[in-house]
Formats: sequence, structure tokens, C-alpha cells
Amino acid sequence: MSRSANINSRTNRTTVRLLYLLSSLLYLLFTTPAHAARIGDLSETSLWEQALRFFTFQDPSVRYALLGSMLLGICCGLLGSFLVVRKMALVGDALSHAVLPGVALGFLWNMNKDPVAIFIGATVAGLLGTAVVNLLKQTTRLKEDTALGLVLASFFAVGICLMTMIQRLPTGNKSGIDKFLFGQAAAIGAADVQLMAVVTGVVVVVIALFYKEFLVTSFDAGFARAVGLPVQAFHYGLMLLLAFAVVIALQAVGVVLVSAMLITPAAAAYLLTDRMHRMLLLAAVFGMAAGALGAFLSFLGNNLPTGPFMVLAATAVFAAAFLFGPRHGVLARWWRQRSRAARIQRENTLKAIYHVLEARNFLGEGVSLRELAERRRETEEEVAAQAAALHTHGLATLHDDGNHIFVTPDGWQRACAIVRNHRLWELYLTNEAHLAADHVHEDAEKIEHLLGEETVRELERRLVNTKQDPHGKTIPVVPISLGTKAETTPGYGRSA
Amino acid sequence: MSPPPLEIHDLTVAYHKKPVLWGVDLVVPPGKLVGIVGPNGAGKSTLIKAAMGLLPVSSGWVKVFGEPVAKNLRRVGYVPQRESVDWDFPVSVMDVVLMGRYGKLGLLKRPTKTDHDKARECLDKVKMLPYANRQISNLSGGQQQRVFLARALAQESDLYFMDEPFSGVDAATESAIIALLHELRAAGKTLLVVHHDLPTARNYFDMLLLLNMRVVAFGPTEEVFNYETLQKTYGGRLTILSEVAEAVRVKG
Repeated sequence: MSRSANINSRTNRTTVRLLYLLSSLLYLLFTTPAHAARIGDLSETSLWEQALRFFTFQDPSVRYALLGSMLLGICCGLLGSFLVVRKMALVGDALSHAVLPGVALGFLWNMNKDPVAIFIGATVAGLLGTAVVNLLKQTTRLKEDTALGLVLASFFAVGICLMTMIQRLPTGNKSGIDKFLFGQAAAIGAADVQLMAVVTGVVVVVIALFYKEFLVTSFDAGFARAVGLPVQAFHYGLMLLLAFAVVIALQAVGVVLVSAMLITPAAAAYLLTDRMHRMLLLAAVFGMAAGALGAFLSFLGNNLPTGPFMVLAATAVFAAAFLFGPRHGVLARWWRQRSRAARIQRENTLKAIYHVLEARNFLGEGVSLRELAERRRETEEEVAAQAAALHTHGLATLHDDGNHIFVTPDGWQRACAIVRNHRLWELYLTNEAHLAADHVHEDAEKIEHLLGEETVRELERRLVNTKQDPHGKTIPVVPISLGTKAETTPGYGRSA
Repeated sequence: MSPPPLEIHDLTVAYHKKPVLWGVDLVVPPGKLVGIVGPNGAGKSTLIKAAMGLLPVSSGWVKVFGEPVAKNLRRVGYVPQRESVDWDFPVSVMDVVLMGRYGKLGLLKRPTKTDHDKARECLDKVKMLPYANRQISNLSGGQQQRVFLARALAQESDLYFMDEPFSGVDAATESAIIALLHELRAAGKTLLVVHHDLPTARNYFDMLLLLNMRVVAFGPTEEVFNYETLQKTYGGRLTILSEVAEAVRVKG
């Protein structure tokens, strides 16, 4: 029963991986020697050297920025995953805008960019914002989207007013407060990183401890309450963690774009996996990568705002998942559709060959391109391409310079199966569903390619007489191929 | 004498101050398969949700095995409506069935090997074990319903509430569910099942609760399933009445 033990330790492993990631980041922070100049000054070195320097934590000013960006990426990715599966993406947006007045008030507390004061102010403002949303939802006829829009805009407006006011004050060290709008990773200091590490640690531990509760309350809140879980408490707990995550991300990403760091890595992860614990891990990794990359690009461009770069990096990850995801990706879907269309095309060609042979009572060898073209009402060139496709798939061989098509045993089997599917379905529609005989052909044209073996058996069981279709044509029996093909080749001349 | 599995006294439930259930009194004897039927908007789902304490009630009380329901939730199993969840959610069939064990596990505890074995056993009972590692969106409606049933089985409760388990399922699933319900009843469980199809209700259940914002009738199926009570329940809804009249004529 090691199997169930495996399932059981999955979430444990995810937690361990995340904790390992965190601790190695912290280790780097406190062990790397602080020397070397800022990256921005080293314009003569190559991009590669700059990247090497940046990502090996050699530069002290860069070190905090990079670490902070990675931590916030992990934090946002984890919590964003729950937002995405709970369909609460807009809540993240509203919350992040609602914290701005809190940031300003936290700054006004002692006219300094004190991380703890700002953290407390922003968290309170964010929670107040979500409380107002709930209040509007419960006491008025307004729906959640409207309430979110209202709160988002009004809190943000208050925040902007306060920010402008602070800018105009004659006293105090105002440096950095303006960076909260679009984010500046370079403004992250040692105290900020410590706070970020604590918050990220708390988020990881809480999610690990209460993973099963967060899972069931997100998936089926009604059932969760029926087994006695305090669903509301978990909802507000998640909101609180979310407010924490938004606040620690503010400095590097900025109020305007922080919701993108919540949603984008999680959305990319959602496209790539269909298990919650894997989604959490992937989103954390994507968030971290986007954070690091965003910080790096911002440094390369001489301390441009970090937020947009992080969001662009995350969007690039999402775009890659969207295009190249193995199951839900656009390319994979396109490829599946293309191969299905090609299969249907081949099956239609085989069916046409069957019809040609049937029309001459299965006499004579092979079908000429011209006959096939007439039957399908297409040009010889088009039909030649289809014949070539049959040839490449081993369903037919071509003779006389490709002018004559001979179906192989495999091809013949497939042709009989398709015609049989078509006629059985027509028979079913007329006999059992009581449709008129002239109404059933179009439907059967589509269904014939989709009927599985199971369904065909079911049809055979239900239909008493499967000799003739509603139009009076014989329903062929699919020849069974046993072992060597040569022996059992039924050939099209024999109707088994 | 041991207390009844479910006792409801003068239960009134309101949505936005508008009552949807009035003064429901109900005592369900043990080991019965009870169908809850009534027209749309009769408050069938509301009744079972309120009975489990999932909805605020305006008045009245609910006792499960003699205790207030909140204290005895562990003896209650629940199958919500299939449409109530997002089937694209990133979980496997196994993950969902394990959720049935969460109530017994309590906070901070991970499902153990015993829980996994139990979940596999329940999946096997609804013939869904081969699908244990599938993501839940890759299932048919009937299969999804069976996953919900397996989750309820994993709860190992004594009193079950099921909200429309027969809605939108194929014939095979329907008979599988019925077999399962009978098996549970044979094991002494009490089951309350919201059901929307009158003709089959007559054959499936030991007792019927006819509901239309209030209890119209409650009793053994053969006593309750008659023209007068059904007319009282369904009022002037002629289409349903004629359907039922037909059923009464054919079967009666």
C-alpha cells in the first residue's frame, strides 16, 4: 500500500520543497559577502556578466531587491492560486487598490518609510475594503462585481489624495513613498526583506497546515460546512493572508499592478496542471521567477519601475503556458484538431472508395482516381492528395503512377467500419428515434467518425435487424483481422 | 427508546425576510428511505440545508439523534447538488472522496492510510475506482454524481441528506444509486433524498415527504401517494397533475 502513502505525502513534499526554497534564499542573504559595485554602473560588462552578477547575490543593494522580489513572487503565487480556483480574481484587484490609503496613513504615522507602520496601515485598509464589499453585498441589492468596483475606485482615490498631500508636506523624509504606485525593487531595504520573509513563511506554514481545509472550502463550501468546518473563518483567514501578500509586494510591484502578480502566475499554473498541490508549487515557482526577472530587467534599465517588468515576465510565462501547454495549450489543441480533421478526411476517402466498389457490386480490382473524383465531386488533384494520405498511413497502395488505388486489409477494415457506423446510426435514428429516413444522412455523416466500439456494440444489441440500412443498402460486417494479414485479407470483393 | 435520527420542530426559514418554509414539523424513524418531493420552489433543498444548519433559520429547532444538529454533524452525511461545484476544479476523484473523511479527521490532521483505504472502498462501491486518479472534469454527469455519493459514503454517517442525486444521470447510474440506497438502508442508515420525478418517487422510497413551502403530507408511500395529497402539493399545475394521474392510473 505504498501507493496511498505516496498520495498522502504529496502535500508534505510540496511543503518541504517550498520551505527549502525559502531557507536557501535566506541563507544566501546572510552569507554572501557584501562588496562590488551596483549593476547599473557596470555598463561596460556584457549582459551575461550582469546577469551572473545579479543572480549570484554579489551586489548588496541588488541583493535585497532580488530576494524581496522572489519572496513576494512565492507569496503571491501561492495565494493567487486560491483566488483563481475560487473565482475571486477581482477580489485581489480590489484589495490591492484598497491598501493605498493605508500605506499613506502608515507613512504619516511618524513621517517615515517605516515598514511595520506601513504594513499595519495597509493591512487594515485592505481588510476594511473587503469588509465594505461584504457590507454592500449583504445590505443592498448590489452584486459583488459592482461592490468590488466601487471599493476599488473610491479607496484608490482616497489613497492618491493622501499621497499627493504627503508629497507637498514641507517636513519629513518623503523618499520612496511615490514608488508605491508602480513599484521600485531598489527601494527594498534589509528591514523590508525581513518582513517579507516572515510573511512568506507564515503563508507557507498556514497553507501547509490547513491545506485540506482550504481545499474543501474552496471546492465545495456547502459540503465543508456540512462536515462542521468554519468556512467563514477560512475565508477571512485567506483574505488576511492575501492582504499581507499584497502589502509586502507593494514596494516592488506597486499598487496598480500587484493583482497581476496574484493572478498571472496562478493562471499559468492552472493551465498546466489539474491537481491543486502541483498548481500551488508551479505558481510559487512562476511567481518567484517573474519577480527575479522583473527586478533584473528593471536594474538593467537603470532602475525603471519594477512592477511592469515583473508583470510582463509573469505574462510571458502565462503566454508560454497558453501556447505550449501539453494539454490545454493552443498548439496542442490545434494539433489535436488537425489530426482529427485529417483522420476524418481519410475515413471519408475510404468510405468513398467503398461506395465506388459497392456501386459495381465489388467487382474488379482497385479504384481509379477519376472514379473517386467523380464520386466525391472533387478534382483529380484533390483526390490524388487524399490517396497519398491513405498511402502514407498504410491504408492503401497506389499503382499505375498513382492512378489506381488499392486498399490494404487495414484500410478495408476501416472503410467497412465507417460505412457500418454510418448505416447503423441511420437505422437507429429511423427505428428507435423515429426520424424520417431522409433526415438521417446528414447526422450520420458526423456521427460515423465518433462512434466508439462500445457504442457500436450497444447499437447492435438494440437493433434487431442489422442487415440493411433505411435506404435499403447492405450494412457491411467489419472483417476481423487475425494474426497475419495476408491470410485473412477479405478483399473488397467479398462481403464477409 | 433511542431518539429518532431526525426531529424537526416548527422550522421556519426565510430568504431576505420572505419565508420559503413554514413551520415544518417532522420526525423521521430510523432505517427509512425517505423521498422529499414537491414542485419547483417548494423548499426541498432549503429544508435539508436548514436541517444541517447550513442556513439561518427564523424559528424552530433540529435534532439529530437527540442532539442539536451542530453537535452531531459527524453522524450526518451530505450529497449536495452536482451543479453546486465547479467541476474544472484541479482535484482528482480520489481527492474529492477523501474530503468525506475530513469531518472525522478534524483540523490539522492529514488523511492517513486508513482514510485512503476507506475512500478506495467507497469508490469501488460506486464502481468508480478505475477513475480514482482522473481529474473530475473528465467525467460524465452520472460519474460525477457517483463521486459525490462515494464521498458521502466515506463520511460513514447514520443519517444522509441527498440533494437531487438522480438529476441528469444516465439509466445505469440511476439503478446503481438505487441499489446503493437500498444497501445503506439495509445497514440501518436513514436517508432523506430530494427527488423531482414523481412517477419514480412512488417506486423508490419507503416514505414520502410532500412539500410545498410547508409539509403537505408525510408518511408511508402507499398512504401518501394519492390524488388528493398530490393535488394539494402541486396545486393547479396541470401538466404535472396529468402526468401523475397517468402514473396513478397505470400503477394503481
